[in-house]
Amino acid sequence: MSMSVERAADGAAVDEARVPGRWSGVLYELLRTRRVLFGLGILLALSAAAWIGPLLSPWDFTEADILARREPPSADHWFGTDSIGRDIFTQTMVGLQKSIIIGLCAAVLTTAVAAVVGAFAGYFLGATDKVLMWITDLMLVLPNFLVLAILYPALRGQGYIVFVILLAALAWMVTAKMVRGMTISLKEREYVLAARYMGVPDHKIIFRHILPNMSSLLIVDATINVSAAIIAETSLSYFGFGVQKPDVSLGSLIADGSTQSLAFPWTFWFCTGLLVLLVMAVNLIGDGLRDALDPQAKRRS
Amino acid sequence: MTGTTTETDPAVDEPRGSGDAPVLEVRDLHVTFPGSGRNPDVTAVRGVSYSVRRGEVLGIVGESGSGKSVSSLAAMGLLPDHARVSGSIRLHGEELLGLGDRAMSAKRGAAIAMVFQDPLSGLTPVYTVGDQIAEAVRVHNPRIGRADAHRRAVELLELVGIPNAAQRAKAFPHEFSGGMRQRVMIAIAIANDPDVIICDEPTTALDVTIQAQILEVLKTARRETGAAIVMITHDLGVVAGFVDRVQVMYAGRLVEVGGVDDVYYRTRMPYTMGLLGSVPRLDEEEKAPLIPIAGNPPSLADLPPGCPFAPRCPLAVEACDAGEPPLVPVGGEGHTAACVRAGEIEEHGWTARDVYPVPEIPEPAAAAVPRADRATVLRVDGLVKHHPLMKGAVFKRRVGTVYAVDGITFDVREGETLGLVGESGCGKSTTLMEILSLDRPQQGTVEVLGKESGRSTAKERFAIRRDVQVVFQDPMSSLDPRMPVFEIIAEPLRTHGHPKERLRSRVHELLSLVGLDAAHASRYPQEFSGGQRQRIGIARALALEPRLLVLDEPVSALDVSIQAGVINLLDELKARLGLSYLFVAHDLSVVRHIADRVAVMYLGKIVEIGDVESIYRHPTHPYTQALLSAIPVPDPEKERTRSHIVLKGDLPNPAAPPSGCSFRTRCQKFAALDDTRRALCLEREPELTPAGGRSADQAAACHYAEERELL
Repeated sequence: MSMSVERAADGAAVDEARVPGRWSGVLYELLRTRRVLFGLGILLALSAAAWIGPLLSPWDFTEADILARREPPSADHWFGTDSIGRDIFTQTMVGLQKSIIIGLCAAVLTTAVAAVVGAFAGYFLGATDKVLMWITDLMLVLPNFLVLAILYPALRGQGYIVFVILLAALAWMVTAKMVRGMTISLKEREYVLAARYMGVPDHKIIFRHILPNMSSLLIVDATINVSAAIIAETSLSYFGFGVQKPDVSLGSLIADGSTQSLAFPWTFWFCTGLLVLLVMAVNLIGDGLRDALDPQAKRRS
Repeated sequence: MTGTTTETDPAVDEPRGSGDAPVLEVRDLHVTFPGSGRNPDVTAVRGVSYSVRRGEVLGIVGESGSGKSVSSLAAMGLLPDHARVSGSIRLHGEELLGLGDRAMSAKRGAAIAMVFQDPLSGLTPVYTVGDQIAEAVRVHNPRIGRADAHRRAVELLELVGIPNAAQRAKAFPHEFSGGMRQRVMIAIAIANDPDVIICDEPTTALDVTIQAQILEVLKTARRETGAAIVMITHDLGVVAGFVDRVQVMYAGRLVEVGGVDDVYYRTRMPYTMGLLGSVPRLDEEEKAPLIPIAGNPPSLADLPPGCPFAPRCPLAVEACDAGEPPLVPVGGEGHTAACVRAGEIEEHGWTARDVYPVPEIPEPAAAAVPRADRATVLRVDGLVKHHPLMKGAVFKRRVGTVYAVDGITFDVREGETLGLVGESGCGKSTTLMEILSLDRPQQGTVEVLGKESGRSTAKERFAIRRDVQVVFQDPMSSLDPRMPVFEIIAEPLRTHGHPKERLRSRVHELLSLVGLDAAHASRYPQEFSGGQRQRIGIARALALEPRLLVLDEPVSALDVSIQAGVINLLDELKARLGLSYLFVAHDLSVVRHIADRVAVMYLGKIVEIGDVESIYRHPTHPYTQALLSAIPVPDPEKERTRSHIVLKGDLPNPAAPPSGCSFRTRCQKFAALDDTRRALCLEREPELTPAGGRSADQAAACHYAEERELL
């Protein structure tokens, strides 16, 4: 394998001046991949629609058109209306706003917490590991519902940020355990030893060598977390957190629409379709990012 | 030994009398692995022909990727289904190619057997070894009863030299050491008296003393079964002493075939010459630079027309690119070589030194100053590292101690290379890690550049790190696969605050220092070959201009022709930059080549230390003698006349070392002593005492140390 590349390497004339840095190389690679551009395009289009759409629509998302209840899509109501006559297009776009913010932020935060906790526990072991894993286990065994019940009075009516933090706080543990396991095996690698014997501080080793080498895991985890966070947000909203009626999110719209998806499909399929599109866009970007960070995958494709 | 045979060229080959008919005959074998997706097909074997007769040993030599293993796997019918195989493989005249898996299974293990490199993955961990051997017996002879098969298993274990065979047959594979497992694999291979035993690098994963044992076992196996042995290896030393005929493979083809003496002494193919010239020799008189072969083996996916070796060949002429040269008879009977200039080589009697450019390696400046006057770079005094063995889940209690490093003392002076040698598990790597950690040792002291480890502040420690750098064994895992080479080499510079604007020029300077193209800085480590990756590792270690370089088996993962280049580079850098090396290796020939002084370790202790000349020419400790004697020399004549000291058994458990002298359980000298003299070995641990005699700088830890000439 290496031999073949070797020969190609010798043959090709390379511009000596251009030695891109590590991250600019990744970015360059990322922007060259069609999948990523496609994913980014969808994500940008969705965001544009979510924020510009409600401005174009003549309806407000809380406003009910009493005369047009459960109407199919028409020139007046582009996506139709729901059971009390609210415009589904406006609602979906407003819901999309929330879901993009909550989904992306919560996913990134979840994975980041998991990566940091897991990597520090696995790298330092000893007391650090004991404490961090004790917390992780505690979070795992505590029923989320109980935590919510206790936090309910304090968090009720807070903004999105608190909501995002809450979502992340409930979802990082399993990944953290995986990251810890991988860190324990990665820290025995000779390049980590080499960095240590070179005098590179421990926290830099974690961020420079250990986490990038498990980026595949982290990226897959983050992309799954986007959809998980959007779904989780729905169930949490049901208990009275985060998005409250009359405010809407994709999750709450899907929940409402799912009961009548066969009789009045437009109340269900538009928001669900957008959720699928959003998750797909994130997955495409995630795939590309994983390959860009993994030099081996590049040549395989 | 049936000695030499006829040509292997199919056209010339005439079938002889039935008694001398080849057991295994391979004709014009081609193996192609279709590329997946857009990748091109890989042609691993291109027209290989050979035959072996009963009792004959055929050696197949080549570097990794030369197709030597694939050709034998094809004979066993063990290639993956998608591989395209063409040609002919005949066992006793019966065509094997195209046989179904079921038909092939009846042959495998019965008529044709194989011994693999890795004995651990060859045995099932959940069955006792006795059961596994008995299974091999019964599967081809269903009529043999359970009890008989078991008796046969014990017999076979005795045959391959496992002590207490009846009891050990009830043990599981994990209770056996690597050498013992390989013996079990050989026992399984010979269980049904096969006609051919194919050994694929059977000793590569083993220590030299164990390797010598296994080669003995293979000789016994051949004597007992009369089987032909096909020995696949990269080790030219093993081949020299063991085989009758050799064939050298390069890029999927045979390039030189012949009797072992013909190939070694009357080499006619430049590649074979290069291989022989690039091996560090234990028996060399004067220290001369090794002769590396330039470049890398070609990709098997898209071979250029013409001789595949031409791009690396110092003798290449235009005719070489015209077409692949066929094997043509040269010199002695059955000796063929695939080189258009073979005739010329024969005429002039050229050897590797005439053909290849011999690199010039400057003499280090420090060599002029006597050792005692040079500054001490590293001093290790009574270093101890014991690992506690713990048991229990909640309440841990100490049930024993592994004496990984048990009080070792040595020093390294400026501009000097100390080689630390010993078998795996002797504590040499632990010693390195203890030195590099700069932590306070459990006992004893480590002084790096005059600063005692564990007593300095964090800032001083950071400063010392600058002067001590490390090169690791595995060039694959020592470079971060997610970082471009530029970043890898820049990491130490950035860490130690090298001015940013001169970063790039320094990295480029380092790359060219280790013989790499500066334009490759933006590539990732995977895009380089093993030897180049090791050079990148060396460049990173040199980035901060250290004074001491710690090398942990830096060349043991490389092919010989590549290894020679890296060794020469290390030699050259030492002379140019005035470095000191602490060089850990298990290969004593490499150490002899590169080191000024050697320390031999056994079970966490240094048993003999001294300058290279003294230790290699007249070793006094029985262990050193055994180690040196176990190493095969790539010289058939010498190898045949040498008497090997074959040590008994394996390294004792480091958690329960024997009383007194820890080597006495395997010592050939101890075995020859009478009881009154043995008492001393049993009771008192020998200390390192200067040998006196010819060399001032030689000390051995043996009560009955005595010089012995080995080469």
